[in-house]
Amino acid sequence: MLEGLELSAQRGETLIFAGVSFTLRAGTALVVTGANGSGKTTLLRIAAGLSTAQAGELFWNSTPVTSFDARLREATLYVGHATGLKDELDARENLQSLLSLHGTPCTPQTLDAALQTVSLEGASDRPVRYLSQGQRRRIGLARLLLSARPLWVLDEPATALDAAGIAQLESMLERHLAAKGMAMISTHQPLALSPERVSVMTL
Amino acid sequence: MSAVGDAAERALETAPAASPFGAWQAVAWSLARDLRIAVRTRAELGVQLLFYVIVIMLFPLSVGPEPALLRAIGPGVAWVAALLAVLLSLPRLFAADFADGSLEQMGASAFPLPALITGKVAAHWIATGAPLVLLSPVLALPFGLSGEESAILALGLLLGTGILSLLGAIGAALTLGVRGGGALLALLVLPLSAPVLIFGAGAVDAVRAGLSPWPQFSLLAAGLLLAIVGAPFAASAAVRIALD
Amino acid sequence: MTGINWFKYSAPSAFYPLAVRSVPWFAAIAAVLAAIGLYLGFAVAPTDAQQGEAYRIIFIHVPAAWMSMFIYVVMAGWCALSLVFNTRLSAMMAQALAPTGAWFTFIALWTGAFWGKPTWGTYWAWDARMTSELILLFLYFGYIALRNAIDDPRRADRASALLALVGVVNVPIIYFSVKWWNTLHQGASVSVTAAPTMAKIMLVTMLIMALAAWAYTIAVALKRVQAIILERERNAGWVGALATA
Repeated sequence: MLEGLELSAQRGETLIFAGVSFTLRAGTALVVTGANGSGKTTLLRIAAGLSTAQAGELFWNSTPVTSFDARLREATLYVGHATGLKDELDARENLQSLLSLHGTPCTPQTLDAALQTVSLEGASDRPVRYLSQGQRRRIGLARLLLSARPLWVLDEPATALDAAGIAQLESMLERHLAAKGMAMISTHQPLALSPERVSVMTL
Repeated sequence: MSAVGDAAERALETAPAASPFGAWQAVAWSLARDLRIAVRTRAELGVQLLFYVIVIMLFPLSVGPEPALLRAIGPGVAWVAALLAVLLSLPRLFAADFADGSLEQMGASAFPLPALITGKVAAHWIATGAPLVLLSPVLALPFGLSGEESAILALGLLLGTGILSLLGAIGAALTLGVRGGGALLALLVLPLSAPVLIFGAGAVDAVRAGLSPWPQFSLLAAGLLLAIVGAPFAASAAVRIALD
Repeated sequence: MTGINWFKYSAPSAFYPLAVRSVPWFAAIAAVLAAIGLYLGFAVAPTDAQQGEAYRIIFIHVPAAWMSMFIYVVMAGWCALSLVFNTRLSAMMAQALAPTGAWFTFIALWTGAFWGKPTWGTYWAWDARMTSELILLFLYFGYIALRNAIDDPRRADRASALLALVGVVNVPIIYFSVKWWNTLHQGASVSVTAAPTMAKIMLVTMLIMALAAWAYTIAVALKRVQAIILERERNAGWVGALATA
């Protein structure tokens, strides 16, 4: 369970948000909405351990989170605005690299199967540099497919995805929540998830 | 079996499984990844090596081909050129990862960031520092350095380029995404690299004067150890500042 | 000293009035001490047997060199505080001290050159102390340049603080290595590092000038930090009240 208490964040001299509190329980998703510049990305980065809050506290399973909390880091999968893919590596190598970073490398067959599920079966023959933005984000979907981590922190995951991709994202999220995983998602467009599992927060 | 043996066996059984997020695994991950990328971008690395050669060649053009003079400035020229070549290659240490988001994936991962950075710096040194070291005796020939002097030069560069890569990593992390990056990085790193330059070139001069170069080498080795222990943590702090 | 609650002044709004009140005092002390020191140095101290009148420039050169190194360490101290306690004011104090430190380094280099010319025939002799001062000047420039290059003030605080700490650890290493380099390459016949045997009056004068420089530094740094506080806290209520008062 991830909890935030009275969080506030600053960017340079300006206060972006203050007094933000939330509770994220297993099997639920927290959808963060708000105008551009309202601090959605900052809030997610605080949860992912990349940004520090100006004030307030974060709790993981009721224990306060210090600057580098190994247990929270091991439980979190963060997908940011940038894809985290290396241009010089191909899709399979990138996927393997990101999974190894999470301590769970997979066999080439598993990787290929995952890439096939997200309609990227022919894409591993060339560097990622030659893939479109939408195809790169699908590699991110393959990573979600193979991930075993309970907490997903997704910053605008529907970016550059076509309708089929968004549908796959939604089904992956549903499966993840059904398996008692939790997700913190920032999004501009609505995602079709079971309403009883979703709480919405507007910054 | 003795009681000690039983106790040891029991300790092994109940010991927690080694965490997959230890420092060595982190180094292995970033080292392997960055080396693979270096192999794919070796054209770029070749250009940096050419820069090293060109800078060295400019000196005889500017000071004249008199052998005694070239012999006197040879070690210094090789060291300054190596320093500039390493400086030129430093931005690529973090800039690409910062831009494509893999640096923030590293920051968000469960691996210790200093260890991930150590792997990156090691790969960077293998790709840029090591070729300089290997090339230096060849480049020392036009400057009239003897075989022994070339060997001392190369050995010093082996230690020195390592220190420069590590110190440079701190500078590269501090100037991530900052205006005026390259020149600012040079301003930050060059003063700190003065001791490396002094002892590295000083080793060759010592050999020339018939003295032993080992005082300089032991200082350089000590500096390298200090840098290996300290620089990754400073660079990690700087990366987290940039990611915040 | 022990009765004062130092953390009371760690907020810029509380520190600002303290700085405003303190500057005239330190400026006055600096002026008085400098007047005494310069009088002693240029009118009272005897003419040196070997160097004539030109040696008198050491009464500016040596205190400037001392301050250049001292300020760097103090600046690094404020930087360490700012990283450990995450306080803005500590970072602002470091930011305020850096230009003064750089100026003293510059003055030390210039006066050293002017000392060298009439005494040893050369403006610059690449001796250990001058070369170390030159590298120190670049360390200051690096700190200031990094601060200026980063737009976000908090990121600039943290990055430049880290740089200053890395620098302060390296300063002894740099000094030692340059000293070693100088002894090895002792081809020059000048020995700029050998101080002239000093009459006691000369030592006293240098100390007074050093204290004057110290008081001046505090006055200037406090004045500068006022400007920094006003600029960085410009959105705070108390600054607006100050402007309309």
